[in-house]
Formats: sequence, structure tokens, C-alpha cells
Amino acid sequence: MFTRSILAGDRGGQIMLGLLLAVTIGVTFANQFLPIDHALHVPTYTVTLLGKYLCYALLAVAVDLAWGYLGILSLGHGAFFALGGYAMGMYLMRQIGDRGVYGNPELPDFMVFLNWQELPWFWQGFDQFWLAMIMVMLIPGLLAFLFGWLAFRSRVTGVYLSIITQALTYALMLAFFRNEMGFGGNNGLTDFKDILGFSLQSDNTRIGLFIASAAALAMGYLVCRAVTQSRLGRVSVAIRDAETRVRFIGYRVEKVKLWIFTLSAVLAGIAGALYVPQVGIINPNEFSPLNSIEAVVWVAVGGRATLFGAVAGALMVNYGKSYFTAAMPEAWLFALGAIFVLVTLFLPRGVVGLFQKKSEKQQEAG
Amino acid sequence: MSTATHGPAWFQRDQVFEFLQPEASSQLDLSHNTILYLEGLNVSFDGFKAINDLTLYIEPGELRCIIGPNGAGKTTMMDIITGKTQPDSGQAWFGQRLNLLKMSEAEIAEAGIGRKFQKPTVFEQLSVFENLELAMAGNKNVWPTFIARLSGEQLDRIDEVVEMIGLKSEVKRMAGVLSHGQKQWLEIGMLLMQNPQLLLVDEPVAGMTHQEMDRTGELLTSLAGERSVVVVEHDMDFVRSIARTVTVLHQGSVLAEGTMDQIQNDPRVVEVYLGE
Amino acid sequence: MATVMATTLCRYPAWVLITLLALVSGMLSTAAHADSSFDQSMKLLAEKSFKKKAEAVQLLATSNHEKSLEMLQAMSRGDLYYHKKTKAIVYAEKVDGGYQIKDALTGEDLGKVGKRKVKKVAINNKLRSKLTQAMASKQLGADSAEVRLQALESMLSDISADSLPILQGRQKLEEDKDVAEVLAVAVALAQLEDKDEAVRVKALKALDGSLYPAVRIKVTKLVEKDSSKVVQKAAAKVVKTIESRVDLFGNLETLFFGISLGSVLILAAIGLAITFGVMGVINMAHGELIMIGAYTTYVVQLLMPNSIEYSLLVAVPAAFVVSGLVGIAIERGVIRHLYGRSLETLLATFGISLILQQAVRTIFSPLNRSVETPQWMSGTWEINSIFSLTLNRLYIIAFCLLVFFVLHMILKRTRLGLQVRAVSQNRQMARAMGVRSEWVDAMTFGLGSGIAGVAGVALSQLTNVGPNLGQAYIIDSFMVVVFGGVGNLWGTVVAGFSLGIANKVMEPWAGAVLAKILVLVFIILFIQKRPRGLFPQKGRAAEG
Repeated sequence: MFTRSILAGDRGGQIMLGLLLAVTIGVTFANQFLPIDHALHVPTYTVTLLGKYLCYALLAVAVDLAWGYLGILSLGHGAFFALGGYAMGMYLMRQIGDRGVYGNPELPDFMVFLNWQELPWFWQGFDQFWLAMIMVMLIPGLLAFLFGWLAFRSRVTGVYLSIITQALTYALMLAFFRNEMGFGGNNGLTDFKDILGFSLQSDNTRIGLFIASAAALAMGYLVCRAVTQSRLGRVSVAIRDAETRVRFIGYRVEKVKLWIFTLSAVLAGIAGALYVPQVGIINPNEFSPLNSIEAVVWVAVGGRATLFGAVAGALMVNYGKSYFTAAMPEAWLFALGAIFVLVTLFLPRGVVGLFQKKSEKQQEAG
Repeated sequence: MSTATHGPAWFQRDQVFEFLQPEASSQLDLSHNTILYLEGLNVSFDGFKAINDLTLYIEPGELRCIIGPNGAGKTTMMDIITGKTQPDSGQAWFGQRLNLLKMSEAEIAEAGIGRKFQKPTVFEQLSVFENLELAMAGNKNVWPTFIARLSGEQLDRIDEVVEMIGLKSEVKRMAGVLSHGQKQWLEIGMLLMQNPQLLLVDEPVAGMTHQEMDRTGELLTSLAGERSVVVVEHDMDFVRSIARTVTVLHQGSVLAEGTMDQIQNDPRVVEVYLGE
Repeated sequence: MATVMATTLCRYPAWVLITLLALVSGMLSTAAHADSSFDQSMKLLAEKSFKKKAEAVQLLATSNHEKSLEMLQAMSRGDLYYHKKTKAIVYAEKVDGGYQIKDALTGEDLGKVGKRKVKKVAINNKLRSKLTQAMASKQLGADSAEVRLQALESMLSDISADSLPILQGRQKLEEDKDVAEVLAVAVALAQLEDKDEAVRVKALKALDGSLYPAVRIKVTKLVEKDSSKVVQKAAAKVVKTIESRVDLFGNLETLFFGISLGSVLILAAIGLAITFGVMGVINMAHGELIMIGAYTTYVVQLLMPNSIEYSLLVAVPAAFVVSGLVGIAIERGVIRHLYGRSLETLLATFGISLILQQAVRTIFSPLNRSVETPQWMSGTWEINSIFSLTLNRLYIIAFCLLVFFVLHMILKRTRLGLQVRAVSQNRQMARAMGVRSEWVDAMTFGLGSGIAGVAGVALSQLTNVGPNLGQAYIIDSFMVVVFGGVGNLWGTVVAGFSLGIANKVMEPWAGAVLAKILVLVFIILFIQKRPRGLFPQKGRAAEG
């Protein structure tokens, strides 16, 4: 009933969540219960791929919350995604136990390789799932809070903000490349064995992760929708369009920005955490500025300031990416570049904007 | 004002007509019969003195018109009062106790100073109704804003203001599609929702028809008395129609102050205006 | 000019030069006939014992036979052989199945012999240092001051009291000032082994502040080992001054590296300072315009493989034009439609940067291309024995200042500059005054892009030229512009130099990567404190 009131008037969202539910059930059934040679059987590989897309979609929703509704074009959301991923990766690393190459029950392989004698303090406790999950949200949230507190208070806005968020993720990338940081340097964290005792190789675990991603996306969507539907959401749109004016009405613009930005970072962190066990690796390349900016383009393609548009955009672009990189890898960057240019020039409201225009016209005609 | 001035904020909630309760009256001290003090203000941009030793006092309930040629420092003065610009030197106080120079824009707005901009700025992607809703006085912190629901009284108040500004039929439309004059009205409506003690109104009748001007004039004069109103305007006819006291700014400081008649006969003012 | 000359000389392998000069001096020598000590040495050289060979070297060193230096040099190179049967000393060169030999004394060609017919005059480490000493002391008599200087410098590390007579003898004759200076150091070094305490103290005084590593090592030893307290004390004092001077030059070197890194940053950023700072356009493809400039250099060198020396002079204007045209195309094709929507501009230009990168990958290959450095840009300028500046970095610094100066002049003194400033301050007004603002936009963007191309030429001399070249610099460039204050060329220069120096100062203790991270974090924090950078634009115009 809470859900219903949030989704009131959000037809796109209703359709999207309905589809999500249907696909999740359908795929689960097709993977688990149909025989492998059945025409409708969905191989586990595809399930994992879909799970990955859903994580990207959640990231897109997070970016959209900040960019579409608040006007903060973050070119550093990939950093929050990656931090969530690293927190999860650390948990998975500790789960390996003595099954690593060096068989050290306490230390992950790369630490043994670097001749480290004991676990660094910031790795303590990551063998506990609950703590790792808290960290998945806490670390990106804390970074966003700190960064936002400094940036918004001193009124860094617009492209300046975009540029320093990019610098932030770049600095983090450089930092995580260093072996001394204690996160596996170049290679990152990989060779995971199991999660909560379930083997990551098994089909059931994969399906479980896929369902978890779908659930996380649905939850993330509803949370964002709840924010954008509230008066706070209207304040945030007002900030996006006329920040100074909002101040003169008496709202604490900095605080509004800070909390929404932090929420958005936490969602990105959760997306990253679900992403890592499905792809089986997290390394510093996830911090690369290109990743963050790609996430922005998903939102732009789908249509910013519509949450389901962000989801649609993430799915479309990533499907395109999978298709292109397999069929003609040379062309992918051309295609991606062209998408950037064409969408900003001709589709400022994204694909969703196309449909909205149509329906508006129909309404006016009717 | 009510005796609840020293009670906790929630205590005021059970009072009827919350919007009638000036938000920051608990702090606004008008004991010396002055609501706004500007003393010895100086601002310069790259060597250009926008405000030059400006001193000005506004009484509670007063309607003050400020005129002056372009570049006289009218808008900069408003920027200082509302916290947008920090002066190089000088003092700005709201009542006896609130030092405006130490407050943020939001704090100043909360304390009871409302401003209408020269160029109407409304939230174009929000409806007229939503614009008014956002401007409404109330707890504007993050969490209360998130959980805020409109009460019956608040809905009534919005209806009342919509009626007053003549946008009844436009209430659900996006503010962006309104005409220039309608945007001016909407902004005045937002000021009313804010329920401030001191209204700063920058060129309210620009782009309005004569009838609209008259209505604006009526509205502003009716607001004065209960609150203080400072109007910056170029249109002399409009100023004449509403003014009780007029202040002339020139090159960042007060050139003359008095009734419209006194001002018009002041040779310095004549020189400034004719010389332009 | 003198530096260029010196470096040109330096580039020829030293031994060629020394041999040449030695030959010349040998021919002019009056005592051209053989003497007995020389004959004696010829016999000793064919002995197996290193001790005997050492004697031979000693004899050759004091002999004034015209061939003695040549032989010492051949010996140290390992080209000196003796004929097993005749015991004649020969020069041998390896050829198929044996050696081509030549009589060392007469230079007569003795033809090809079998492998086993000749034997190398083998040397060990002890002998090698003796050889070096011997050659050096011989070269002290060379006519060229350059040769004498080099000989002296190579002697310094193993000078002993034995060398004193030769050195002092030379000191009386020496006329060249530079050589005399080093000679004084060498004499003082030799005197450190003197038995007389007063002589040692006096020698220490002469060595005060000398930067030769040999001096530092030897004096440091004295601090502990000398028998006299007075000498120990004096030595400690000398070590202290030497160390503080070494520190000073170390700092100067860091400063130089910092300034050179700063110049690179400024070159990369200054085009951006125009497009972003003056026009307010976020051009994420700026890095790729730099890359295009670098590739233009590569293509220019491909087109004129025989005149690499002049290639850069052609590449600079070529890169300016190519990148400038690409920039104008970007402006006309995309950015023009997005004025006033800076976030969209950012995204669109980022898309363009991806396309340009991929285009370069497709056209040239994803691998790095090598761009050659002309002779006149390579080499070093040696200021003293521990402090030398690489020429290419010096040129880049000069080039950076030149570009800045020219740009500054364009903006301040030309009609285009006036129009650019007019449009950036008030577009409407400028238009009303008859400025074709569209044309000015395109030209300004072209100018900024062209400068990026020129920066690419400079970068091609320092780093690898590859498709990712631009990406590596875009974030840094933005940081420089934002740090310096948007719309302010001077700010960009100050920011570039200070960031470059800060980076290099931190590098020794933090490491390159951490230094970079720290600089980034610093800027991020700095922007919070002063959102408008070091030198903000003031006034109403800046508010919008």
C-alpha cells in the first residue's frame, strides 16, 4: 500500500517493476526447471549477464537521482560503485580461507605474496557478512557525505563539481593501483569461492544473486521514487532549476543536496556489491573515469529525471555494448561516442522523452 | 505577537493558521521601532564602488520605495540584505538582534525576509501549486520536508493565495509556460506564502499592464502596515501611486529621502535624473 | 650557443675524440724516436704476469713515445694483442676464422692470422685503474683544454700522493682557467695524503665546497681516519659545506624538474584556459586535440625522414592548423548547438573524445608510435659535476613561455583578442556593436584547440605517442585551469608551475603515484575553500 501510493501516477515505473517481476520469475523458472535442450531454457551465463545489467540499472537510478532530479552531474559515481564492490570483494576474499594458492587461512593470497605478516586493521571483521554489508553502504555513503559536505558548503556547482568528482574517482583509481593500499593493487580482488557458504560457481547461487539484484533494483527504485515524490523531491527539482531562489525561500540547499547525494552514493555502493560476486572480480579499473561517465550516458539515453528511463537506458546501452563488443569490437567506442553526441544534440530527454512527447501530443489532440 | 515566542517550535504547531504566525518572530526584536538597519555599507567589484557608505533604516509596517538611476546600487543593496553578497565593510541588522551579515540566505529567509527578484524566477518545471507549496512557511529542514503532507489549512491557504494572484485556472500548469506577468504574480504569491516580516520587491510591475499594475499597487499597500515592504521600481507613476516615503539612491549611497513631492523638488535629484 | 656546441661535442663517443686529438698531438711531438724505456715496456707487455704488465704501463706513462698513449688506450679497450711467436705487439680485429692484425709500432698491416697465433694483452681491475691513471696523466699534456679537463676529471677518483709530481708539474704550465681549477682540486686531493698536518689542512681549505664526488668520499674518510684531530675537525667542516651545497643543488634539480613538469601542465592546460576559461565551454576532447598534435608530429617526421632536425619547426604550425581545424569542426558541428548548457557540452565532447581516440586507433594502430628527437634537443647542459639540466626539458620550458607570451599578445593586442574578450564579457552588447559573435566563437575555439595541438608537439618529445595520450592529460589540465582560476591566463601559469613543483617536491618521499594523488586531493580540497581558484574573476560578470 506504501508501494502503491509511491507509484501513483508513475505508469512507466509500474510497467517497469511489473516487467522486472515477470522477467525475474520467468528467467528463474526457465533456468531451474526447463531442461537444457529446451528451446526456452535460459543458460546460467545469460542469467549472470542479466544480473550484471540489473546492477548497472541500479547504478543508473542512483546517477539519475543526483543528476536528473538534483542537477549534480557526478562523474564519480563509478567510485561509489567500486567502493561497494571492494567491500563485498573483501568479504568474498576472506571466505576463501585456506583454499588460496598459498593456503594461508588468514591472509588473502596477494598479501602472502607481498610478504605481509598480518591482516591490516581495515580488513578486520570483513569475514562477517553483516559487517561487510554495512560497509558496502557505509563507505560510499561516508565518502559522498564528506565530499558533499565540503563541496556543497562552499557552493561548488555545475561543471566545477563534475570535474572534481572526476578527479576524485581518478585519485581513487591511482590509489587502488598501489600495492601498499592493501587491496590487491593492479589485480584487485578475485578468485572468489563462495558467498554465505554457497559456491559462486553453482547455478543456484547465480540465480540467487540475480534475484537479489532484481530485488535491490526494485527497492532502490522505490526509495528514489519515494524521495522524488515527496516535497523534498520537489525542492530538489527546484534546486536543480534555480538554486539561488530556493535559498531565498529558506531551504538549506546544502543539506538537501548532501543527503540526496549521499543516498545516491549508497545505492551505487549496493549496486557495486551485487555486481562483484556475479562478475567474479573487482579491480582498480572500476574507478576509471570512463566508467562513471558511461553511467551518465545510460541515464541520458534513457531520459533523465525519469527513474524508469534510467533503468531502460542502462539496459539498452549495455545490451548494445555486449552486442557490439562481440560482433565488431572496433566499432563500440565509435558507437558509444556517437551516442553521447547524438543524444545530447537530438534527444535531450532521452528515449523516454520520445514517448512522452507522443503521448502529450495525443492528449492535446484528444 | 503571541506569548508563545519563547516556547519550543513544536509548541506553535497546535495554533490555528500556522501561516499567520511569522516564522522567526521568536527572535525578531522590534523594540526600537526599526526593522532594518543598514549602516555604513561599502561594496566594490574590481574597484567599482557599487555601494558607497550606504546608511538606511526601515520602520516596521513601512512601505518604502527606492528609486535611482541604473547602477545606483539598488540590486546590490538587496543582495546584501538577503545574504547573497557580503559587503566589504558596514553593518546590516534585522531588528535589534539579528546580524544579517552573519547569516546564510536560508537563515535570513527563515528569519522573515522575503525577496522578489527583478527577473521573475519561479521553478519552471514545477506547477503553480507546487511553487506555492514550496514557498510556504514551515519547517524547511531535510527530514521534515521529506515527510511533509499538506494539511487542510495549508491547502486552504494555497487556494486563498492562488485566488489573490489570479492564477486559479493555471494552478496545475507548469510555471514555465506562464506569461511574464503571470510569473511576476506567482512570485508575489510565493512571497505571500513565505509570510515574511520584511518584503523586498525588485521591480514588481515590469512587463505588467496598467490594470495589473493597479492591482499590484493595491496588494503592496495592503501588505504594508502588518509587514514592512521595500519596493525598488523604475516606473515613476507606479511609485507615485503607492509611495509614502521615497529614498533616492545615487552612486551607491542615499542622495535624498522624503515624500514624493519633496523628492521631486530636490534640485540634486532633478540633476541626477536629467543628467542621465 | 656555447651549450649547443659543447653538447654536440659530447655526443661523439669520447674515445674517438680523444684518439684523434692524441694522434694529432703525437704527430706534432718532437721526440718521435724510440727510447729504451719504451722498448722495455714492449717486452713486458707480452708477459703473463700482471705485475710485469703494470710495470709496462708505468713505463709507457712516463715515456714520451708518440705511440704510447694510443697503445694504452687500445689496451684498456682490449684491442691490444701480442704475436705468440714474434712477441710483437699488434692491434687485432676479429674477423671470420681469425684476426686481422696490424703492427702497433709501425702501423704496418700484417694480414689475417689464425685464432691461436695471437694473444690478448689481458688486464685486471687493478691494471685497469693503473691504465686509466696513465692515460689521464698522458692526456694532461694534450693540446685541447677539453681533453685535459676530461682526463683530470676521470683521474680524480683514484688520485694518490704518487700523482702529485705530475699534477704539480702540469699546474705550472696550465693556462686554461677551467682546467687550472680542477687541477687545483686534484693537487689538493693528492696533498691530503701528505705527511705534514699543515699541508693537509691547507689542502682541505682548497677543497672546501668542491662538488666532485671523489672529494666528498675522500674528505669524509678523513673525518674518522686522520691521525690529527685538527685535520679531522677541518675535514668535518668541509664535509658539512659540501653536503649543504649538494643539498642545494639537489633542491635546484627538484625545482628544475618541477618547473619542467609545470611547463608541460601549462602547455596542456593553456588551450583549455581559453576554451573553458574565456568561452566557458567544457571541452572534454581537449586531450584528444593534444593527441592529434602529437600524431601530426609523427606524420610530419614520416613525410620528411631525412630532415628530422627541422621536423619540429614544421610540426608546430602543422599541429596548430590540424588541431585548430578539428576544433573548429567540433565547435561548428556540436558545441554551437549547446551553448549555455555546459553539462550537455561536457557529455557531447566526451563522446567526441571517444570517437577521436578510436579513429586514431583505427588509422595508426593502438600501439604507441615513436617520434624522434632532433639532435639539437638532446643532450645535457652540465653546470657542475652533480648538477646538469637536460636540454629537451629546457627547450620545453622555453617553448611553454613562448606559447604563453604569444597567446597573451594575441588576446591583449590583436583585434581577435579584443573581440574574444568582448564576446566573453557581454555577448549581446558585442553583437550590437557589430562583432560577428559566431565567427569569434569559432576562432576562439580554433585558437584554443590549435594551442592544444602545439602542446601535443611538445609532449611528443617527452612521452609516448599513443591513442591514450590525451586521456592522461585531460584531468590534470582541468585541475590546472580550475586551480588557477577560470578565465585567467596568469592564473593558469602560476597554477601549472606550483602544481608541477609541488608534485616533484613530494615525489622523493611519497613516490610518483602518491604524490599525484596528494596533489589531486589538495586541489579537491582547495576548490572547496576557494571555488573560484587562485585568481578569481570578480564582479557581477563572474556571478552568472
